[in-house]
Amino acid sequence: MADPDQTQKSNSSELCEIKEEGDAFHVELHGDLSAKTVGDAWEKAFSALEKSDKKKVLVDAKGVDYCDGSGVAFLFALRMACVKNDKEYAVEGLKEQFQTLFDQFPKDGKLDEDTSKRHSLNFVERIGEGTYMVLKDWRAQIVFIGEMLYATRFVIRHPRKFRWNDTLVIAEKAGINALPIVAMIGFLMGLIMAFQAVAPLKQFGVEIFVVNLVSLAMLRELGPIMTAIMLAGRSGSAFAAEIGTMKVNEEINALVTMGIEPVPFLALPRMLAATCMMPVLTMYANLVGIAGGMLVMLSLGHPWAELYTQLTRSVGLHDVFAGLIKTFVFGTIVASIGVLRGLQTASGATAVGESATRAVVSGIFLIVFTDALFSIVFYVLDI
Amino acid sequence: MSDKSSNKKPLIEVRDFTAAYNDTVILENISFDVYEGEVFIILGSSGCGKSTLLKHLIGLYEPQSGTISIDGKDITKTKGEERVELLKEFGVTYQSGALFGSMNLIENVRLPMEEFTELTPNAMDLIAKMKLHLVGLGKYYNHLPAEISGGMQKRAGIARAMALDPALLFLDEPSAGLDPITSAELDALILRLNKSLGITFVMVTHELPSIYAIADRVIMLDGKTKSIVAEGKPEELRDHSDNDLVKRFFNREAEPIESKNNHE
Repeated sequence: MADPDQTQKSNSSELCEIKEEGDAFHVELHGDLSAKTVGDAWEKAFSALEKSDKKKVLVDAKGVDYCDGSGVAFLFALRMACVKNDKEYAVEGLKEQFQTLFDQFPKDGKLDEDTSKRHSLNFVERIGEGTYMVLKDWRAQIVFIGEMLYATRFVIRHPRKFRWNDTLVIAEKAGINALPIVAMIGFLMGLIMAFQAVAPLKQFGVEIFVVNLVSLAMLRELGPIMTAIMLAGRSGSAFAAEIGTMKVNEEINALVTMGIEPVPFLALPRMLAATCMMPVLTMYANLVGIAGGMLVMLSLGHPWAELYTQLTRSVGLHDVFAGLIKTFVFGTIVASIGVLRGLQTASGATAVGESATRAVVSGIFLIVFTDALFSIVFYVLDI
Repeated sequence: MSDKSSNKKPLIEVRDFTAAYNDTVILENISFDVYEGEVFIILGSSGCGKSTLLKHLIGLYEPQSGTISIDGKDITKTKGEERVELLKEFGVTYQSGALFGSMNLIENVRLPMEEFTELTPNAMDLIAKMKLHLVGLGKYYNHLPAEISGGMQKRAGIARAMALDPALLFLDEPSAGLDPITSAELDALILRLNKSLGITFVMVTHELPSIYAIADRVIMLDGKTKSIVAEGKPEELRDHSDNDLVKRFFNREAEPIESKNNHE
């Protein structure tokens, strides 16, 4: 193989000579016509050809020592330009082996066209398409819920058919392995809330109410919602990516053709694992969050006994359960949306990434939406 | 087919090469040459290390020991700019096509040109279209890889590998999964490029018709001995080899089950 830089330098200046003689536009080529060298010749020839009014273009290729695909493309580009502008075109003296390659391309200078049309949508069509997609997605979610309920009924009747081992493995990955990150975020949330609240409350001499604020906020709202968002980011996306990859690799098709329904096989273990792990993770986040708040208060000189009394006065079991009851629903939402997005994966590596993103976005939206519904219900029921 | 090895210099020189994954040795102490302008095929039964060897030849993996020189430069030792220059000298197609899913076919083929040439966008478009025309995909250049069949993806992979018109092309099982007509067209394309442009081909393939149609020379790897058990022209190996594996391969005979189990 020749040194590419050397080749480029030696050829760029003398590769292409343009002459106009009689009624013809002459292109004289020398040396190597390759991807590395043809660029200059291309520009030189075409800028001269645009200005020329000659009706004939003659290419003298006797001096061409080497002509690769890019060189042939240059000769073909000249042919295309001549056809377009109704000029005669001829290539002379091209060595036989390069002529063979050149002959692979149409003599009429017309390459095949990709006739597939990509219709670009206008504003109204985009709104229509968006609405249709949202409605279609809602329908898919309703159908999926139906499939899940049907699969759950089947498993209740045939518990031995359920994949208990898979469920335990998923519970370990989604639950136990998530404890460190849940602990860290929960602890820091409690700590931050306490620090933010202590200054304004101190002005009124009621800084002990920091305990109420941190414990109520963690137990009723922040603990469940923050843990659910972390589960959506950590495990919901993992479910979608894992099942999406299975879809791309045709593993889902293999399940279907074996007569195994993908929803009970893949979705139920994940749903059960996430639904069971979500309350555990939330309780853990609540505990460490309140501990974070307490630590701030201890560091400010409040005795432990005072903090404990304030804590038991400010929160009751109904607060604990009001938070925990939501976590079962959040766990189910995260797992089912992760599996659904995985099963909706199109083909290709990009599709898996899109599914994981959609799982997280839809999961977080549904968590917040459901939490709002819970708030209204709790207000009405005075819980 | 003329003996291209007799009068040409080696383009690839592999010396005392050993490949291993962790402690598992796949190929041990093998040496061979690939000469300029030949179609060189790596053969062997499944799992014998053909694709592993190919991945070492293109510099994806580091050998446990030995050297692999392409055009006199040791690919295992080149670094930085020198390595980039060396990588530009050859093209590679993978078993799956390995096209970029977010780009359509013409963008896939244009990519190496955009990175490594000074061609104008129009020139790059035309060259990419012509490469796709050569592999029979002229009508699909606006399609995304996911919108075409597996065989078409392989052919588009070949078009992309040819984007910079390299002097050396590595093909990993290019005709696997293709119908006989497309496979024969691919063979014809390889021969045409080999004859007109003198491109050297290094291929891994199992397809006997392709091997007879296009191979100048083959080597056969044996997973049990982790070595090269045969080297030469395919017809000579088929007709004259004393090696059991070679005879079985070319005559498509199954290995006796007892012998297979003993080895495993």
